[in-house]
Amino acid sequence: MVKPEKELTWKDLEIGAVVTEPGNARQYRTGDWRSQRPTYKFDKCIKCGLCWVFCPEACFHQNDEGYFVADLYYCYGCGICAKECPTGVITMVEEEE
Amino acid sequence: MAKRVGIEVSVAIGEVVTMTNTDVIAAYPITPQTHIVEHPAKLAADGELDAEYIPVESEHSAMSACLGAAAAGARTFTATAGQGLELMHEVLYIASSMQLPVVMAVANRALSAPLSVWGDHSDAMAVRDTGWIQIFTENGQEVVDNILCAFRIAEDRGVLLPVMVNLDGFHLSHVIEPILLPEQSEVDAFLPPNDYPLPLDPAKPVTMGDFGPPFIYTEVKWAQEVNLRKSMETILKCWGEFDRIFKRCYHPVECYRSEDAEVLLLTMGSFSETAMTAIDRMRGEGKNIGLIRLRLWRPFPFDEIRNAVKDAEVLIVLDRALSFGGPGGPVSSEIRSALYNEDRRPKIVSFVGGLGGRDITVSGFQEMINRGIEISKTGSKHEFEIFGVRE
Repeated sequence: MVKPEKELTWKDLEIGAVVTEPGNARQYRTGDWRSQRPTYKFDKCIKCGLCWVFCPEACFHQNDEGYFVADLYYCYGCGICAKECPTGVITMVEEEE
Repeated sequence: MAKRVGIEVSVAIGEVVTMTNTDVIAAYPITPQTHIVEHPAKLAADGELDAEYIPVESEHSAMSACLGAAAAGARTFTATAGQGLELMHEVLYIASSMQLPVVMAVANRALSAPLSVWGDHSDAMAVRDTGWIQIFTENGQEVVDNILCAFRIAEDRGVLLPVMVNLDGFHLSHVIEPILLPEQSEVDAFLPPNDYPLPLDPAKPVTMGDFGPPFIYTEVKWAQEVNLRKSMETILKCWGEFDRIFKRCYHPVECYRSEDAEVLLLTMGSFSETAMTAIDRMRGEGKNIGLIRLRLWRPFPFDEIRNAVKDAEVLIVLDRALSFGGPGGPVSSEIRSALYNEDRRPKIVSFVGGLGGRDITVSGFQEMINRGIEISKTGSKHEFEIFGVRE
């Protein structure tokens, strides 16, 4: 596996920046694009999974208690989950940085 | 021993490309490059050149086909001129960024409009920043020699960059000159087989020209810059090895009667030979004048230029291209910037001339040098002067 993106220097690149290993698109931190993040009030959650269905980045997973949460490494803050949630569990808040 | 033959320079390029055992040629004909690609097309059709010759529908496609061929590990050649080079423009960056060692001859031609098939350097200057190694030549022998060197430099494991060999349209492309063509055995001894390290290979798949998000684009560009600068070592080594085998020597910056010169003229390409005659005449009149010829345009030979001009009082630079609304010709503005921080540097006078096939004769160069000396004393109201324009 190649180095994490923050550790990758120009000296680590292959000739012509060729990619020699498959599957490393999953290392791409789309979370960097985010200006808002989802927050949850799980007491209203009915675990319907619509956020999981609609998330265009497919970054929702179920935690140990069965609630759906977004993986912030990938979540780019589009807010579709908050819009689609039928019980108003999800609220988007500004990222501080 | 090499044979000395009277041959059209464009045809001689085809001959030497044939000797390099080039695998793929993809090209679209355009004046004044036409004969450069016509000759290998005939050789390939007649079975005398064992290469894939791809007759494409445009220069954009020509360079694109060359990328594919070079990526598959093929030795790849193309040629173009003027508008054709501009149509290739965006693909040129891809060749250099992806480190694909394509070799290209450019028969320099003025850009339209008005339509001109004649020579100047506006086409080459427009692709200055495409990341290619760029060499300028003065006569037919230099063209042939540097086409051969270009393959060795481009395919060197420590370089892997495309190389452009510039020759002035018509002034070089269409003249018949006595040229020493190398023997096949000499070419074989000088040029090892192409061994591209990461070719397209189903057994070892790789992704080429991938998406480069903000987190990595800067690193990729810096790697490219370091590699192009570092290619200077290989270029010097290649020209040294060429000298050892063929007894003809090339340098990034070449000096002519410049050692004690107070005034230096700087030229590129075939005009340098006319300028040499002008220098000889002015030396005969007791004037301390010399000539600097810039052979290697990219990577730019900073140290060599600084060293070549450091003792002169005046440096007169002739550009054969205009940077509209800018500080003068591209060559003169780059030389100014290379010298700006030097403690000791000559006064620089910038001329643009020889546009669109306009000749500059020996007496023309004498006139330009005299005017340059005058400007160095009195100054000029312009950033640069355009030589020979009718007022």
